[in-house]
Amino acid sequence: MRNEAERGGGGYLAGVRAGLPFALVTGVVAISFGVLARSLGWGILAPIVFSVITFSASAQFAVAAVLGAGGGVFAAIAAAVLLNARFLPMGVAVAPFLKGGPLRRALEGQAIVDPSWALANRGGGRFDREFMIGATVPQFAAWVVGTVVGVLADDVVGDVERLGLDVIFPAFFLALLVVELRSGGKRAIAAAAIAAALAAALVPFAPPGVPMLAACVAALLGLRGRPS
Amino acid sequence: MSALWVAIVAVTLASAAIKAAGPILVGGRELPPRVNAVIALLAPALLAALVVTETFGDDNGHLVLDERALGVGVAAVALALRAPVLLAVALAALVTALARLFG
Repeated sequence: MRNEAERGGGGYLAGVRAGLPFALVTGVVAISFGVLARSLGWGILAPIVFSVITFSASAQFAVAAVLGAGGGVFAAIAAAVLLNARFLPMGVAVAPFLKGGPLRRALEGQAIVDPSWALANRGGGRFDREFMIGATVPQFAAWVVGTVVGVLADDVVGDVERLGLDVIFPAFFLALLVVELRSGGKRAIAAAAIAAALAAALVPFAPPGVPMLAACVAALLGLRGRPS
Repeated sequence: MSALWVAIVAVTLASAAIKAAGPILVGGRELPPRVNAVIALLAPALLAALVVTETFGDDNGHLVLDERALGVGVAAVALALRAPVLLAVALAALVTALARLFG
């Protein structure tokens, strides 16, 4: 499967450039994660290791939210896995454009994060592999450095909310959602509306993560009618 | 090992497996169109649920309408007007911070 159009060496570099502005946001979010982790009594090492080996804002914030609210380990893991379940369809989508055998494909798949995946989307189900990997590099660096800064700057606890940094995440997810809705048509809009309603209805009754699981049910709309 | 480290290791392994699953299993293979259609709708569904839970959910499992909703609302307007993502996100943070300052 090496018949995909080879791009010039500029593919990775163009991706890095496109990823830089997102790296800024990622860095700020990482700082807020570090501050949050420190305020939960996680110490210095654990949050930094977490960011290096997991590199997933939503999963890490989910673990912090559940454990911080006194939830159990299993609930924390389940919430993080449910949040990251979206990487499964994203991985399926980019799979044909990755290179090499199973191991290399698995490694290249680790470069999938929301902004890179969205940036590398070339429409019509095509993805730019080099662009995606390149865009992830500065975001990973920012994620790790930001976490270190946040963990060490523990005297700014409270500033995250005062500066409004806690809305960076929902605002950013909203931006990604808008991209999805503009390219996905009526069924994407319907699925998003149903998912939003299900999540809102379940937040008061279900543990963190469960509203996300319920939201996945909305994707079964895809079984109806003519596949797009 | 503490609960935190168990969570860190488990989430890392699970997250890596989730990201690797598609590239390994699908490779260049074709999936049934209906399966693809469901998979394609997972992203908007999950993103919509994330926006709702992180904008209106609080730490105690309640739905609340606070400064976050105002900030995210402003971001929504900015995005509808085709503002760049970074601008929309920055506006959300700014509006939320100002609302908390003067609210």
